[in-house]
Amino acid sequence: MNTFKWLLKREYWEHRGGFFWAPLITGAVFMLLTIMAIIAGESLRRATDEGGTILKINGVEISKLTQTMSPGDVAEMGSGLDLGTLLASTWPFLVLAFVVFFYCLGALFDERKDRSILFWKSLPLSDQQTVLSKVFSALVIAPVIATVAAIATSLGFLVILSGYALFHVGNPLTLIWGPASPLTVAFNLAAALPVYAMWALPTVGWLLLVSAWSKSKPFLWALLVPLFAGVLVSWFDVMEMLGMKASWFWTNIVGRMLLGTFNGIDMVYRTAKDPAMQNFNPQGPQDVLALFSAQNSWSAFTHVDIWVGAAAGVAMILAAVYFRRTRDEG
Amino acid sequence: MSAVISARNLSKRYGKTIAVDNVTFDIPAGRIVGLIGPNGSGKTTTLKAALGLVPFEGELKVLGRDPRTQRDELMQDVCFIADVAVLPRWLKVKDAVDFVAGVHPRFDRKKAEAYIANTKLSPDMRVKEMSKGMIVQLHLALVMAIDAKLLVLDEPTLGLDILYRKQFYQNLLEDYFDEQKTIVITTHQVEEIEHILTDLMFIRDGRIVLSATMDEVGERFTEVMVPADRADAARALKPVDERQVFGKAVMLFDGVPRSQLAEYGETRNPGIADLFVATMKGTYA
Repeated sequence: MNTFKWLLKREYWEHRGGFFWAPLITGAVFMLLTIMAIIAGESLRRATDEGGTILKINGVEISKLTQTMSPGDVAEMGSGLDLGTLLASTWPFLVLAFVVFFYCLGALFDERKDRSILFWKSLPLSDQQTVLSKVFSALVIAPVIATVAAIATSLGFLVILSGYALFHVGNPLTLIWGPASPLTVAFNLAAALPVYAMWALPTVGWLLLVSAWSKSKPFLWALLVPLFAGVLVSWFDVMEMLGMKASWFWTNIVGRMLLGTFNGIDMVYRTAKDPAMQNFNPQGPQDVLALFSAQNSWSAFTHVDIWVGAAAGVAMILAAVYFRRTRDEG
Repeated sequence: MSAVISARNLSKRYGKTIAVDNVTFDIPAGRIVGLIGPNGSGKTTTLKAALGLVPFEGELKVLGRDPRTQRDELMQDVCFIADVAVLPRWLKVKDAVDFVAGVHPRFDRKKAEAYIANTKLSPDMRVKEMSKGMIVQLHLALVMAIDAKLLVLDEPTLGLDILYRKQFYQNLLEDYFDEQKTIVITTHQVEEIEHILTDLMFIRDGRIVLSATMDEVGERFTEVMVPADRADAARALKPVDERQVFGKAVMLFDGVPRSQLAEYGETRNPGIADLFVATMKGTYA
């Protein structure tokens, strides 16, 4: 009996639209917009540029571009391209943030609302296994699919650029695929997955807890409880009694309860604390790329924040298991 | 014979309302028990307690296990249909069969598929595309293919037309039930299940007011058609209920020998519905 595998399949059947189609379609839409932007740019250039059909960059024809560039220029161009691919990949992740948020919010609520929980409970499936299958879907399955979609989008972006280069008799191999390093970008995206899962744990735990606990309107509860707590804390200067500012509460409690499903949001938190990131002063695209390197992503694990948040997330998931067992569906 | 469900002083309250009030009963193996009661009488709560869906006070053992603490093991041997239309709307027929086959060790896939083949259900059909009757057919196909020791049916045919209802109980009796299994049914359509029941339990205001086998019910209760001129004499024997049909009094007697009653008029076994109405008189007053 591989019950857990079937529970994961069940989540996928129910949420194929959010897990699979949403990031894929977003990537496709981004590529379509890129193509449209290139066509628009090209027609604008033809209307205004005296160069006519021959594309020139800094006065050099594109087909001869690589011949005139120094190795430093090629490297810089590669970094620029990599940054472009990285940006292309952000779209599926943006969708992922919303998909995971609303998936968790509904995961233990919808089954109570439509009473299908009684069907699942009529089968030999424990509450722990069921809740864990939802945690795993939110933190592993959906992000892995979104990452694959993101990598596909970034490669698609380079393919579109190659098509544009070919159109102008440039050689895409030397112009694009040589200087760019899409595999490194892909590797970095994939390497950031464990960081995402750990960092999103408190948000996922909180949303599952609300989902298992609330009798109605889980969205309002999920949003209003932390926001209202934040307002109270600000109002009564609670944090100042502890020698801290109310903004600490907003960032580290409210923010981590609600914003954890955004990929790379841990960077925002680290900029405040990590001296290396505090002095971040990008000299070029390569510095921005270094920020998203596997090495820098993984150094999130050296911060205590991620572990404290993960522990809080686990505690809230255990509470969600408890509520799934005891909530009466009347 | 050990009891499949054994309750001792079982109580359940919701706030100040007492849903189940200190009941004690045993359901032996190999029976089909009808748990009959008016709305809000506590029958669903009793079943939910037995299925480990709600906490309760008192002692309750299902197949020798405590449903509060041993629910996960218990569900290997117990199955239930809680209400109509609890199957999730997005579920496809083939996925439902695959899933139950994947998670239930006692599921017989061939049996479920054979049953589905006899309906209008197709493998790619989703629950949201089905009529109420078809949803119950799918649910029943899944449940009947599970070799459970105890099957609990809470209003399984609510909202179904008579064709589906008849077919439902026929399938249950012919293809599912055997002496190793126990079925507990609650329903308001008592007339439709009386011929399949072996035992009867009436519940009212959280208490069991009647618990007997169908044979015992037949021996205990007698209905007599009494002509008007003999009505007063018959009333002296204290019928538990009386109604008028075509100028004759139909009286229901509890525990009066049938031979004695025969002199007042034609005797017969009362229907469960009549017995129910007589027992529950004044419930909503």
